[in-house]
Amino acid sequence: MARYVVNRLGQAVLLLFIVSMLGFAILHLAPGGPLSQFALSSQMTQEDLDRITRQLGLDRPLPVQYADWLWRMLRGDWGVSYRDGEPVLKIIGAHLGATFELMATATLIAVVLGCWIGILGAIRRYSIFDQLATVGAMVALSIPTFWFGLIAIYVFSVNLGWLPSGNRHTVGEEGSLLDMLHHLIAPALVLALVETAMWGRFMRSSMLDVINQDYIRTARAKGLPEWRILSQHALRNALLPMITVAGLQFPTLLGGALVTETVFTWPGMGRLFLDSIGYRDYPVVMGILMFSATMVLIGSLIADMLYAVVDPRIRVG
Amino acid sequence: MSDETDSVKAVRPAATGPSRRVLMVLGAGAAAGLAAPGTLFAQGARPSTPPDRPRGQIVAALSQEPTAFNPLMPGIEVDQAVWWQLFSTLWYIDAEGNFVPDLAREVPTVANGGLSADGLTWKIKLRSGVTWHDGTAFTAEDVKYSLELINNPNFRVRNRVGHSLVKDITVVSPDEIHWRMETPYSPYLSILSLTFLVPKHVMEKAADPNTSPMNNAPVGTGPFRWGSRTPGDNILLTANTAYHGKGPYVERLIFKYISDLTVLYTQFRTGQVDYTGIQGILPNFVREAKTLRDRTVVVSSTSSVEHIAPNLDFGPLADKTVREALYMAINKKAIIDALNYGLPTPTETFVPQQGWSYQPGLPAHVFDPAKANALLDAAGWARGSDGVRAKGGVRLEFTNSTTSGNAVREQTQQLLMQDWRGIGAAMRIQNMPPAVMWGEFWQQSKFNSALVSVNFMLGADPDVTPRFGSGAIPAKGGRGFNTYQYQNPEADSLLALGARQFDLAERKASYGKLQTIIRNDLAILPLFQGVIAEGMKANLRGFRPNANTSTNCWNIREWYWA
Repeated sequence: MARYVVNRLGQAVLLLFIVSMLGFAILHLAPGGPLSQFALSSQMTQEDLDRITRQLGLDRPLPVQYADWLWRMLRGDWGVSYRDGEPVLKIIGAHLGATFELMATATLIAVVLGCWIGILGAIRRYSIFDQLATVGAMVALSIPTFWFGLIAIYVFSVNLGWLPSGNRHTVGEEGSLLDMLHHLIAPALVLALVETAMWGRFMRSSMLDVINQDYIRTARAKGLPEWRILSQHALRNALLPMITVAGLQFPTLLGGALVTETVFTWPGMGRLFLDSIGYRDYPVVMGILMFSATMVLIGSLIADMLYAVVDPRIRVG
Repeated sequence: MSDETDSVKAVRPAATGPSRRVLMVLGAGAAAGLAAPGTLFAQGARPSTPPDRPRGQIVAALSQEPTAFNPLMPGIEVDQAVWWQLFSTLWYIDAEGNFVPDLAREVPTVANGGLSADGLTWKIKLRSGVTWHDGTAFTAEDVKYSLELINNPNFRVRNRVGHSLVKDITVVSPDEIHWRMETPYSPYLSILSLTFLVPKHVMEKAADPNTSPMNNAPVGTGPFRWGSRTPGDNILLTANTAYHGKGPYVERLIFKYISDLTVLYTQFRTGQVDYTGIQGILPNFVREAKTLRDRTVVVSSTSSVEHIAPNLDFGPLADKTVREALYMAINKKAIIDALNYGLPTPTETFVPQQGWSYQPGLPAHVFDPAKANALLDAAGWARGSDGVRAKGGVRLEFTNSTTSGNAVREQTQQLLMQDWRGIGAAMRIQNMPPAVMWGEFWQQSKFNSALVSVNFMLGADPDVTPRFGSGAIPAKGGRGFNTYQYQNPEADSLLALGARQFDLAERKASYGKLQTIIRNDLAILPLFQGVIAEGMKANLRGFRPNANTSTNCWNIREWYWA
């Protein structure tokens, strides 16, 4: 196991290096730059822009800029934002809590609801519930998240007035748990919608595989109660492939968060990423890229290791 | 606006020329800004007075996130919305266009001895009893430090225009400072009205001013103190009860960042925010916003001019006849009425119509495709088999670019394409994201033509040397923003003359001639002067649009709840 982990970590470092190189090159070679936002300002001239370009070191050859960034990164210095001069790690830290809150809630909803829908759909295959769940899942997977977000705002905020139309707290009244939960409902449900559909489909498929196995038939022949067969024999085995699904959830959720955070004015990583790309805030974009890539690799590694722990048939190393 | 209600007041450009007061010489203390009739934007019918102490809070929504808090470093409009609350200038220009002393006791003029007759010596008397937010006294040393910091080659300053001419700064006493200018430069009065001063005692603690802690926890002399910032979400400011001027009348001011303008409007509609700032309410929501209960919508002019920017070095657009024909073929009324809901006012110049230097009587645009066709025929631009004209092997074909995702501009392009196809000009749309559009593509004049909105004024001064001076073309090694690549020796002479004149009447004459030349040359194809529709809760008082500043958040210190 230890050798396996070391091997996987080695691969991860190599992957991160490739991601950083490609990310840096694509970001810097794309037209435009961090000073474009000042181009229409009546108070700044081309001379000012050229001077600031030099002061930020953006006039140096790209390989030199990359080497400088990488060297600093290896020493723990992720750089500072071009926009507000704050250290990149501090900026990511400031946005991480909001994203984690949203993603964790959405994941919890999606796992509980998705698994329940999947299990029930498999047990009552082709029932009205199963067919409705299938159609619902197809709709949820086909329609973009932002559309669901806008509909939720229109119905529950503008028309009914039940939920706030965005923000993490009532502005100026931070600190109340109830207020936070009130603001969390709509974005978390919208973000969870697609995830629930996905979990439901995977769970149904996995459950169907398991309940048709010989050992389930044997259990029934032994006269075990149905609830015990399902909970102790079928469910435990059907959940195994879900570990892989969970490991792959991070990038999907992050992608959904990009849109959900914008629609609901949620001050998380998704919106930070979009804003930073828009302003070509290179250090922050690179920071988020490396952070996300690291999280994806860690998620994948943990999923593989969990497999080995929970399934005695699998041995790694 | 025909559909105004009692609670909806529109600030329209004053069609008249400058007032007598404005026409007084600068030396007599008159304004160099844009004059707008104050009564037009009076608030609703309920009379009220400001409270005797700060009360309540205001949530001001901004569609961009303020991130630059050192007012001398690079920043955009939205940052200035915060600077106005935290910092002060020596003087500012009010909504009526008057210079109003702030940290200075009076605005320097020849008459009061603040300016020497040759415009080279400036003597500024400062207000005493002003303190920084940390309690330290504000003195002339702070003014000297700020001006020297701007000229410090290692400091990442936003801009040195005008400041670089300042020499021999002398602190005469804690409340008086003198300096000499290398050459007379009248726009400097306007530039200083937007130059916020920073505290010497805080800034000099940092070895590198670029990384001073003050850049993220600013200390100023403004009406509000720095509270806290939640990146990506909001900035909290608290009332500075020791403020030297009027107000503030609210305890807390929260700038809430909402990037999507539709979401911003929704939060205004649902009452989560009290005021919609910077880009305001999208034109397509204005009509509905006016019908909302307990909300006020104010439509006011800005200093920006929406125009088609031709690259004057590019093939067919270098020909003045082509530009005249293209301009004549634009259905401006359709663009204003159909796409901009009739809110903006057409213009023929780069100066806002409320400005003292605005030149009335410039040739008015006439939509006349037949005449445009005749002009091109007479100039030898013959139609080819595909209907596109050509002359000497050069096809009347070009691209037009703007920021992708800006729906109104994209629709404007569609109308332009249609109008110009009718006179044998082929326009193709080539839009880009903002960071690309306004990067090298714009700065180095790599576009054929662009659809853009620009505030040409330097502060509130019409010195457009960086925009139209022949030495300001970046693509030719120039130092300004003349991306149009406009060159005219007569315009250059007028620009140089206007910048060294201190008599307002003389300056008005110079800039009037300049506007006539630029209109005749069609260096830009002006469409209309920008407007902004801002919404606020009906019982929020004190809001006064001011086209002389880059944001209508300039006087939040005077806002209060009725």
